[in-house]
Parts: sequence; structure tokens; C-alpha cells
Amino acid sequence: MKIGVPRETHPGEQRVATTPDVAAQLQKLGYDVVVEKDAGAAASFSDEAYKEAGCSIAESTADIWSDADIILKVRPPEGDYASGLKDSQTLISFLYPGQNPELLKQLTGSGGTALAMDSVPRISRAQKMDALSSMANIAGYRAVIEAAQHFGRFFTGQITAAGKVPPAKIMVIGAGVAGLAAIGAAKSMGAIVRAFDTRPEVKEQVESMDAEFLMLDFEDEDGSGEGGYAKVMSDEFIKAEMALFAEQAKDVDIIITTALIPGKPAPRLITAEMVESMKNGSVIVDLAAEQGGNCELTEPDDVVVRNGVSIIGYTDLPSRLATQSSQLYATNLRHLLTDMTPEKDGNLVLDLEDEVVRGATVCTGGETLWPPPPPKISAAAPAKAQPAPAPVVEGKKRSLAGPIMLAAIGGLAMLGLGAVAPPSFMAHFTVFVLACFVGYMVIWNVTAALHTPLMSVTNAISSIIVIGALLQISSDVPVIKWIAVGTVLITAVNIFGGFAVTRRMLEMFRK
Amino acid sequence: MFAVNQGIIQVSYIIATILFILALGGLSNQETARRGNWYGIAGMAIALVATLAGDVTQNFELLIVALLLGGSVGIIAARRVQMTQMPELVAILHSLVGLAAVAVGFANFMDPDRLSHYAGVELTIHDVETYLGILIGAVTFSGSVIAFGKLSGRISGSPMLLPARHWLNLLLLLGSIWYGYAFVVQSAAGGGVMPLIIMTVLALLFGIHMVMAIGGADMPVVVSMLNSYSGWAASATGFMLGNDLLIVTGALVGSSGAILSYIMCRAMNRKFLNVIAGGFGTGGGAAAAASGEDQGEVVPIDTQEAAELLSNAREVMIIPGYGMAVAQAQHTVFEITRTLREKGVNVRFGIHPVAGRMPGHMNVLLAEAKVPYDIVFEMDEINEDFPDVDVSVVIGANDIVNPSALTDPNSPIAGMPVLECWKGKVSIVLKRSMATGYAGVQNPLFFEENTRMLFGDAKETLDEVLKSL
Repeated sequence: MKIGVPRETHPGEQRVATTPDVAAQLQKLGYDVVVEKDAGAAASFSDEAYKEAGCSIAESTADIWSDADIILKVRPPEGDYASGLKDSQTLISFLYPGQNPELLKQLTGSGGTALAMDSVPRISRAQKMDALSSMANIAGYRAVIEAAQHFGRFFTGQITAAGKVPPAKIMVIGAGVAGLAAIGAAKSMGAIVRAFDTRPEVKEQVESMDAEFLMLDFEDEDGSGEGGYAKVMSDEFIKAEMALFAEQAKDVDIIITTALIPGKPAPRLITAEMVESMKNGSVIVDLAAEQGGNCELTEPDDVVVRNGVSIIGYTDLPSRLATQSSQLYATNLRHLLTDMTPEKDGNLVLDLEDEVVRGATVCTGGETLWPPPPPKISAAAPAKAQPAPAPVVEGKKRSLAGPIMLAAIGGLAMLGLGAVAPPSFMAHFTVFVLACFVGYMVIWNVTAALHTPLMSVTNAISSIIVIGALLQISSDVPVIKWIAVGTVLITAVNIFGGFAVTRRMLEMFRK
Repeated sequence: MFAVNQGIIQVSYIIATILFILALGGLSNQETARRGNWYGIAGMAIALVATLAGDVTQNFELLIVALLLGGSVGIIAARRVQMTQMPELVAILHSLVGLAAVAVGFANFMDPDRLSHYAGVELTIHDVETYLGILIGAVTFSGSVIAFGKLSGRISGSPMLLPARHWLNLLLLLGSIWYGYAFVVQSAAGGGVMPLIIMTVLALLFGIHMVMAIGGADMPVVVSMLNSYSGWAASATGFMLGNDLLIVTGALVGSSGAILSYIMCRAMNRKFLNVIAGGFGTGGGAAAAASGEDQGEVVPIDTQEAAELLSNAREVMIIPGYGMAVAQAQHTVFEITRTLREKGVNVRFGIHPVAGRMPGHMNVLLAEAKVPYDIVFEMDEINEDFPDVDVSVVIGANDIVNPSALTDPNSPIAGMPVLECWKGKVSIVLKRSMATGYAGVQNPLFFEENTRMLFGDAKETLDEVLKSL
């Protein structure tokens, strides 16, 4: 089958749905890959690079749409392309069917198959194809870069000859993928980072990134909703939350908001008064701008300055890091295609029993399949289901009776032996017991790394049994003589072999 | 020939004994270990020369031929052996000690002067000593031969579990005791050959049966136990011959092997008897249930991604297991280590005490590949460091990195100390397939979110990784 990758036509869109590296891997799955001329140019992937990776280059977007069996895109198709999808064709792209009912209708009407990357269910198995997370990660990173661009100071604190520079204080609202990426980027630039989220289970993740988790003075209300997203909170909770933000707004230099609730307009978290209370030169980056913004004053797709505070409402942050986001998005697509190509023979299989494929498929054969049945597993649920890994420590108290019994029996046996054994035996026995203890003391000092050489050297030493054979070899009885010769022979193997191999091993140990 | 009297022999024996103790003491660290080996050689040489000069009166030519012949075989074997085959070599060498003990015992029994030397209680004690020497020797011999077969793959490594095997063992034990008694009684009357032979056969069967019932990963315990037995066999022979040097040396070796067995058992959190009684995972209804559960999805990666993870890390921990030995991957592992260290990545090795098929197996393999020993650490030394490790590489190991040993009290390996690599940032697990480890326990590590699976033969995969680096 042929995979076609058209150039993105949306104004300002710089991403591309596959990279030369990924295209090479798609060919390993048995597919042919056609890329439109200059499709990757904005993301710094040249046509030559695609050709080197084995792709063919198509002259126009229309060629791709008419020839390819599978069409990979980033943005939803524009113009007539959606309704022109053929029965045999499969489109995989971001589609946002919830926001674009018209598009969904067109795609269904076309009779073709369409998979929405934004509808891949959030279950652990599908993490590798979760393009929303990949893009959110980039958006979070880019948000910090944009903030730095508009912020007039260092992020990191410094003490220089020209005076002391305090570090920037950043508040991140919403510690999802984007929020955590923003925390990481801001932390590594040296800022003081605080983060807030309605879901208490992310506290640990925030703290693991060395940021401070802002706690709300409020009785426990868990904001975790289905699929790892947040849900709408109670009024009292929101009131307490707003009070916290108002207080923080006076203190921090930069606010990055990432609060989104699926299928709902973004919650209003930063009011005009809060913006007013912020210091001159502060920056707000609103990652929820597309859904109406978390800040009252956000203008989508624009940067505005209100009361000396720059409010950034870009909705195309991933596209502003086009090379990186193309790479991650293309890999997400590849993982999905790998799962859908079980035979690796270049034939796409649409298995609607597969929870991931079912979730992503919005329509096929003229039938609308969106919205999918809700996924059952929340990303946080397994974390809760597993109890804290309490180490299973052997709590058994050793009973003293056993050892005492043993000692008693051993002692009695020794006494019994002493009562009957002749003195010559007792002399040997003394030597034997003492030697056992010497061995015990000496061996405990041997380092574990040398246990193998220890075994081979003790093996060589135990061939001292050859002495027994030497004492017998001069016997006049032929049988004894020959047995002794045989014994000398095999113990000699052991003596020489054991010491030689020990030496060889020890020579190898070096610093 | 030489005027060597018993006093001089005794002094030589004392010197040899001291040298043997120093030899074992020398192995306490790598710097003194080579000297320790030389002490051992010197001790053996002194003991041999003294005995030769003092007690051998004829048949010198035969003796020399036997020594030279056996010695050359031993040295050639030692030169040729692959380091991965060390467990086999050690096992077969143990069997020789056992065989020697049996031979010396029988030769001693056949000595016509025996009855004139000993009488009454002394004769009884002497016979018991002979009997014990042969018994332990025979068990060591047949057990080691089977261990050799298992380690070299000539016999299947999986435990062979006969029905009612504990009763069978008990029967063999009682039989040995009964024939031992019969031997002592008949020997005083001048006979006793038959009971001795029957007892030897029983002991041989016992050795075979015991080791057959023990599976691959318990081999470290078996090898060190046989090491111990070979010592006790020498010691028993020493009693029989009234020779203190044999008694002392045998006791040293015997306790050394016993301690090693104990260390190995502790590393698996199992009782010695439990290991010897054999059949790990046989009572494992829980094991089967655990592996039946669907634990989630593994995340496979390719060699390039693995190489990238490694080169972007600052702290790397390599955890080798028996799989590394099987694939002969230690040299590639070292090349990767060197490449990474040149890039400023701190690479260390974490060794579990029972990794491999004999105590210290992994250390020897790594030493062979020229990995400096100061970056090779024992489990106890580095287990605390995992939270700081960026990438752990698990090469052909399974049970020793299984988190369920700590979390699941019903697991067959519950309580066994393991290398806690899942506490690091990422673990790369090299494995041929998703098969369970020796204990038959599914390993939740593979399903951890921060675990990446790299499937394939360890050597080939690592060669690819090295190329990508």
C-alpha cells in the first residue's frame, strides 16, 4: 500500500506528518511512501532527504490525495479533500471531531476511513501513539521559551559584580504533560517554579521535578476525571483556588496556564484584576487560548500587553518548534501504523476490536463511529491500585530452641565420641575442628568478586588427597599400586589444572 | 634415598598448612589474590616433595609419568577453557577429587596390613573413616559429573523430579547406613567387600539423584556444595590415613564451600535444605496464577534508541545475568562501557550474588573482558544508588531484577534480595523473548512504565548498539 504525505496547507502550519527517518521505518513495514514537494521544508526536512530515505516526491497535493491508500496529515483536511476521500482510502490526522461536526459529516459521507490522532485513548498501551501528549510536551517547553522572549530578566538568579539578580518566579497551573514540560524547562533555566493542579496525585510528579506544589487549604476533593484528565470542581473549591491564584499573582513574574477539561471551554482562572495586580513586565502564557483561554484577557493567536503584562495566546506552539514536533508526531503515527500492520506486509488492517484503533476511528464505510465508548482505565488508577511497595521483610523471629537443641546434641555426640575414641583419633579430631574454624574465619574475608577463583583454588588444594595415593604407590600389591597410580594421575590433573586456571583468572582482574 | 625422617615431614606439612591458609586469606582482595595463588602452589609443592622424599620407596617412574601426564592434561584444560565454561570445569575437577577419595579408600581397604595395624575400637573407627571417605567421595564424584553435564548442556538443565523423591533419598541414606554397619561388622572378620561396594553404588546413585533434581539457577549452590563435599572427602581420607595435612586442608576447603553455599542461599532467601531437596517452583500454584495475569504492555525499542538512551545518560548501571554468559556478550559489553566512559558517562556494574551458574561467575567473565574491577560492585554496595541511575541495562537476567520478590509475598521468590533497577529513570532489558525466568515467575519489571525491552540475542543486539554509539 502507498502512504501519501501532503504538504500542510493551513496558514502558518510548519509541521509535516512524516520525517525522512520515520519514512524509512514505514518502508520496513512494507509501505511505499510518497511525499509532496516541499512538504517538510518548513520543518527543515528537504526533499533530498526524503528521496535518500527511499520516498518518491509528488508534485501536487491533489496527486497525493488521488494516488495514496493512506494519507498522513497533521491538521484536519481543508477544502474539498475531506469529502473527496475514496472508499479505499484511510486518512490519519488530527481531526477534533468534537469541534468540527461539519468535517465529521464530510468524512463520513465520503465513505472512506478516518482516524483521529486526538482520539487515541489514553491507556498505557497507547502511550507511544499519544500525539496529544507529544504535542503538549512541546507546547509546554515552547511556552517557557516564549515567556523568556517577552520577559525582561534572567530566569536564573545570579550574583555578579554589577549586583544581585533574583531568580524569576514562575507559576504553572495544570500539571499535565504540558505543565510538567513547562516545569522542567523553567527549572532547567534556573527559575523558581510553583505548580498547581486539582488532581492531588500529580503532587509527587511535580515534586520529583524539584518544583513546589501549591496546596489548597481545602478538604480533599479529587479532581481526577476519566482518562487522566481533570474534571469540573465544586464552587467552594474554585473559590479557594481563585484566592490562591490572586495571592500568587502578586508574587510571581510569569504564569503559564495549561488548564483544560475535555469537551468544555477552558476554565477562567486568571481574572482581569489578577493581571492588574501583577508586576510590570510580567508574562502570562495561556496554553488554553484555543479553547477560550484560562486568562480573561487572552487574545487567541496573539500577544497583547495589558497593564504592562504581556499575555501570550499563541495556539500553534508545537508548530513553532516544527522539526521537533514533526519528529514526535511522525513517530506516534508510525507506532499506530505498526500496530495496524500486524503482518508487516504493507497492508493496513482496521481491527475495530482493538481498543486503540476503535477509539481513534471516527468513521469508516459511511458510518460514523465517533464518539467511541469511553476507555475504562484512568492513567492514575493503576498507580492507586498498587499498594505502596512495602518490602516483605522476613519478620519471623528465629526460635532459640532449635540452635540450643543442635548444640546440645552436638555436644553430647562429641562427649560420646571422646568416651570411646582412642587418643590418636582425638588428636586428629582436635586438628580437624580447629581447621574448620580457621577456614570459617578466613573465608568470610573473601570478596564476592573472587568467589570463582576461590572455588578453583580450593579445588586445587583439596587435591592434597594425592598424599594418600603417594603413601600407597609403593605397595607391593599390584592392585593397590595401580589404583594409586590412577589416583595420582587424576589428582595431578586437578592440582595443575586448578592452580593454572586460578592464575589465569586472577591475571584478568585489573583496575 | 634422602634421609628424610618423619619429623621433617611433619614440619613440611605444617608449613604447607600455613601456606594453604595464607592462600585462602590472600583471596580477600584482588591485590593479594595472585600472591595467594602462589602460596597455594608452594604449599602443594612442599607437601608433595616431602611425601615423595619420605614415604615413597619404589615405583618412582610410574609416579612421575602419572604426575606429568595428569599435570599436562590439567594445564592444557586450564589454558583452553573459555571463561564462560568455568562452572563446568570446576564441576569436573570436583568430580576428580571425589573419585580420588573413593580410590584411596578402596586401596586402603585392600591393604593386607590393615588388620595387623588396627584392632578393636581403633579398627572400628578406622573402618568408619574409610567408609565415610568413600561415601562422601562417591557422592561428590557422581554429583559433580551430573553437575558438569547440566552446566555444559549435555543433560537438560531443568530439574528432574521423580515421584516420592524425598522417600527415595531417605531410603538411599538408610541403605548406606545399614551397609556401613554391615561393612564394619564383616571387616573385623576379614571380609566386608560386598557391603562396601553396595554402599558405594548407593552413594553414587544418591549423588546423581540429588543433582538431577536441581535446576539451572540453583547451580551456584550445588557447585559450592560439591566444592564443600570434595573438602570433606579429603578430610575423611585424612582421618583414615591418620594424616593431619589432609584433615586440615580438607576442613579448610569443606568450610569454604559450606560458607559459599550459605552465601548463595542467603542471596536467594532460601534454606539450604530447600535448595538441595530440589524442585524450585514446584509448589508454585501461585507462580502459575501470577504469570497468567495480563500485566499490561511492554515497550520494545530498537538498538538505535537504546544507543541514544545510553549516550544521553550520565549514570549507567549494567546488570549482567546468565544470558550474558550464554551469548558470550561480555566483550561487547566492555566495548560499550569503554565508549561510554570516554564520553564521560559513569558506567558501573551491579552483580547479584547468584547471577550466573557459580559464585562469582559474572565477575570472572567481566574480568576476562578487561572490565576494571573497581567499577564492578556487589548488590549491597550499589542497590541504594539506583534512584540516581539514568539508564540500567539488564543483560540476560530475570529473577534477580524481579520487583515481585519485594512486593508480592506469594511469589516463589518472595524475600529474595534483588537489584532494584526499576527505581532508576529507565531500564533497558535485553531478552530473547518474553519467556519467564528460571523460577517461572513473570517479571513485573518488564511492564513498568520506565522499562524498555530490547529483544534479540544479547551479543548481536549489543554489537548493533555499539555500532550506533
